[in-house]
Amino acid sequence: MTAYVIRRLMYGVMILIGVNLVTFLLFFAVNTPDDMARLAIGGQRVSADAIEKWKVERGYDKPLFVNTAVSGTDRLTDTIFYQRSVPLLKFDFGQSDEGRDIGWEIKNRMGPSLALAVPSFALGILASISFALLLVFFRTTRLDFWGVVLCVLMLSISGLFYIIAGQWLFAKVLRLVPYSGFVGGWDMVKFLALPIAVAVIARLGPEARFYRSLFLEEISKDYVRTARAKGLSERLVLFKHVLRNASLPILTGAVSALPLLFMGSLIAESFFGIPGLGSYTIDAINAQDFSIVRAMVFLGASLYIVGLIMADISYTLADPRVRFE
Amino acid sequence: MQQIVNIRALSRSACIVFVALASIALSGCQPAGDPINSPYADGAEHENTLYTAFTQRSPRYLDPARSYSSDETPYTYNIYEPLYGYHYLKRPYELIARAAQAVAQPTYFDASGNVLPLTAPPDQVHESVYDIKLTPGIRFQPHPAFAKSADGQYRYYPLAPDALVDRYAITDFPESGTRELTAHDYVYAFRRLASPRVASPIYSTLAQHVVGFAAFGEQLKAQDTSLRESLAPGENQLPWLDLRVDGFEGVQALDDHTLRIGVNGSYPQFKYWLAMTFTSPIPWEADRFYSQAGMIDHNLSLNTWPVGTGPYMMVESLQNRRHVLARNPNFRGEPYPCEGEPGDRERGLLKDCGKMTPFVDRLVFNIEKESIPLQGKFMQGYYDLPQASRGDIGVSMLVAASDSVERAALYEERGIQLPTTVEASIFYLGFNMLDPVVGQGDTPEQAEKNRKLRQALSIVFNWEEYIAIFQQGQAQPAFGPVPPGILGYQEAPDGVNRTIYDMVDGKPKRKSLAQAQALLVEAGYPNGRNAQTGEPLVLYFDSAAGTGGSSPSLDWMRRQFGLLGIQLDIRATDYNRFQEKMSRGVAQMFMWGWIADYPDAENFLFLLYGKQIKAGKGGENAANYQNPEYDALFVQMRDLPDGPEKEAIIDQMVKILQHDAPWMFGFYPKSGGAYQQWVYNAKPTQMVRNTLQYVRIDPALRVQRVAEWNQPIWWPLLLLAFALAVLVWPAWRTLRRQQTRTALTRASSKEQP
Repeated sequence: MTAYVIRRLMYGVMILIGVNLVTFLLFFAVNTPDDMARLAIGGQRVSADAIEKWKVERGYDKPLFVNTAVSGTDRLTDTIFYQRSVPLLKFDFGQSDEGRDIGWEIKNRMGPSLALAVPSFALGILASISFALLLVFFRTTRLDFWGVVLCVLMLSISGLFYIIAGQWLFAKVLRLVPYSGFVGGWDMVKFLALPIAVAVIARLGPEARFYRSLFLEEISKDYVRTARAKGLSERLVLFKHVLRNASLPILTGAVSALPLLFMGSLIAESFFGIPGLGSYTIDAINAQDFSIVRAMVFLGASLYIVGLIMADISYTLADPRVRFE
Repeated sequence: MQQIVNIRALSRSACIVFVALASIALSGCQPAGDPINSPYADGAEHENTLYTAFTQRSPRYLDPARSYSSDETPYTYNIYEPLYGYHYLKRPYELIARAAQAVAQPTYFDASGNVLPLTAPPDQVHESVYDIKLTPGIRFQPHPAFAKSADGQYRYYPLAPDALVDRYAITDFPESGTRELTAHDYVYAFRRLASPRVASPIYSTLAQHVVGFAAFGEQLKAQDTSLRESLAPGENQLPWLDLRVDGFEGVQALDDHTLRIGVNGSYPQFKYWLAMTFTSPIPWEADRFYSQAGMIDHNLSLNTWPVGTGPYMMVESLQNRRHVLARNPNFRGEPYPCEGEPGDRERGLLKDCGKMTPFVDRLVFNIEKESIPLQGKFMQGYYDLPQASRGDIGVSMLVAASDSVERAALYEERGIQLPTTVEASIFYLGFNMLDPVVGQGDTPEQAEKNRKLRQALSIVFNWEEYIAIFQQGQAQPAFGPVPPGILGYQEAPDGVNRTIYDMVDGKPKRKSLAQAQALLVEAGYPNGRNAQTGEPLVLYFDSAAGTGGSSPSLDWMRRQFGLLGIQLDIRATDYNRFQEKMSRGVAQMFMWGWIADYPDAENFLFLLYGKQIKAGKGGENAANYQNPEYDALFVQMRDLPDGPEKEAIIDQMVKILQHDAPWMFGFYPKSGGAYQQWVYNAKPTQMVRNTLQYVRIDPALRVQRVAEWNQPIWWPLLLLAFALAVLVWPAWRTLRRQQTRTALTRASSKEQP
């Protein structure tokens, strides 16, 4: 397994280099350093002189890939791509285009992101699996039918609707929670209650329906019939046998998504005023801050690679028949 | 059976514990009386703190040399203290002294150095010298840059390499100090504007006017370049550029309390630049403190932690989350004005006459990226005013109130104040004068035809309708480039644009479609077709909205042009591409706006000055309009002090523009404030930026109202729990039945042999 993990990590490095290159190309295909300077300087009277100074100050006055003005290795190293990419591969995120320390921001914003994402993820999985098992238990009954109808209805509605409806009902009409905001300590519960509830409800429809299909496929297998024939209760059959055997595809999604929890939720964080990494990324995109966008894409890609490796490892734990090749 | 009973008991206990925990958590351990939905810490509403919001992002630049966005002004203008400011209540705006003792009159000199009278013709004035006296005793806010040890050495300079560990805020430095403001701090600030490390957006403008400023900028650039050459690629930590060493003639400190500024020729508008934070004082200690290695990496700079002498100082700065300004303990206090414009006394704006400002102890700015939470919290009383930097929220609330009786009743019931004012700004539709169809034209004949085309288009483009539909009536149609409240603006009937309007019963009435069609015939496009080729006339509008050319306003514009049989092709793009097109001068028609830097007609008329053309030169004349007569008048007007002579020249210039029609003079937008009933002295304005120091609140009334408006409603949750129980009960019954069911019923088992 060690060899397999090392091999996958090596592939990961190659993927990260590729991701960095693609991000770089895509960003500079639609934004020139002049655009970035104009937006960053803002206001009226953005003079050519001010743009030039802004670029010099941040190193955007250099060529993108090849610097023909110098000789030797400097032709490749004294470029925007090289000077922005090499520190990144060492996870040195450097400074944003506004001059703030990206690493420090990530460290500080990870907490609020996790405070929202972890309970949402755990409760979401729990609720979806429970609801799916309930539907499976009452399969072929009216409860199952209307449960599936409810799932389809819920998955047809945009996540944004749940947020707005949640804020309208619980913050405006019932006045039970604040509209938005965030504080540290235990007081954060009152700010997180609504976004977590919304996140759980928003994913209940699609996930419960998916898990129901998985469980139904398992429940028709011979070993389940054998378990019942042995006289096991339906509860034991479902929880001990069906759930465990159907957990492989659930693991695939869940474990690979675990590291991405660090990246936060792009929309929910903005709506609920949670100062996490999701809103940090959105802010950077809006401000065309290449340094932050590149750092967040790089971090996201790294975490995704880690997640996929973790999912592979979890296969063997969940199903001993799976072996690494 | 015993097991089932246990499970039931366990479930019941779990439910009770869950509900109890949820209630405690949601209440956030609030003290009695504090609403459960309060987004603030316990008892926060009781304090003399003003709560407001900012949208999208934190202010990007709080360094006064860089800051030029309106969203930064609630911070910069309350922290820094320029030499001058504007009277809070008087309209038209009146320039008053802030850190200066008085608004200084210039002394004019001719080329030989002889003093000229103030009435001397501008062309004889070689240099204007301003000697500005500072108010003695002004002190900087407490800041670690000033802190000194017992031996007189600076406490935080130089810093040891590990001294910044875990220090990411100025409040992480336990010691602070202060000192008196001197004229040298203004000199330092001016020199810093020219620094290539600062990239001030205003430097190139001021360099044209201040004596020796441009040469000094070049000198600093050379100095900086030589320092950079010694850096390794990718390295950005430069040694401090001590701007005390070398200076220039144009800005000098005659003594600690006298500043001398030399301006090339006569430039009466120069005084207004001294009311902007660009020219705020910068203590050299702060510049040196922030230039130390590691400061930028720890987010410590003037952009995040400004150092000023104003009424407030930054005490918390959480990027894109929260910023808190607290009363500057070293601020000397400034009396609340006793005079205002007519009506201010009736509105209660003079009740605090003579009392020392600022009134509020702390200003808290929270981020609200979405409008729903912002509006919602404001209506619940958690914001005293929704936004300090913008005037569109009050306007949108007024529109909402006019659209809905219920909403109007709600605003009235809650005592929301929604005052409005017309701002010193303009939105216009410009024609690119470099364009062969709508522009200047290569020959006099072509120029005349193109002018008639522009005039015809200006007639059919019904701005009154545009304002009614897309601005919800919250704007005033513009007859010229100079907005109300500024010398040179003329009300109807004198100011009416006679090219576009006729006067009917003493009121301006847009000329008829037939008159526009007649102009179009003269322009060579009868019925919207080229008279020679018969080809339909297609015009292009460059939209920066990036909507793909299908927004309602763009559709409306197509219909307006369609009245003349002209096809309008929309070239939608993002703002970056739009700016690039404008820089290259390849757009044909465009819509843009301008917010006044200062209340002088020059600040609007220069947008059409020939030397300011944008294409290729980077000026602000986006229409690339050039008219020698207009340019000559502009130079004449620019150098004149306010008075009838200047007013007459402005009138001439406006008439030229109305005839030439390089712009369709769109509208002057209204600005509106939204304030809670416990907020006093609030007056909407986009020109006076240090408004928060004059605002007073009544925290006791706020607490009372917030408690009234935020009574929680619990019964729907109980109903929901009951509904869930109703759903769960049959499921539980079914489960029980299935678990206890045998394969064969008792009756059937009896039948078995």
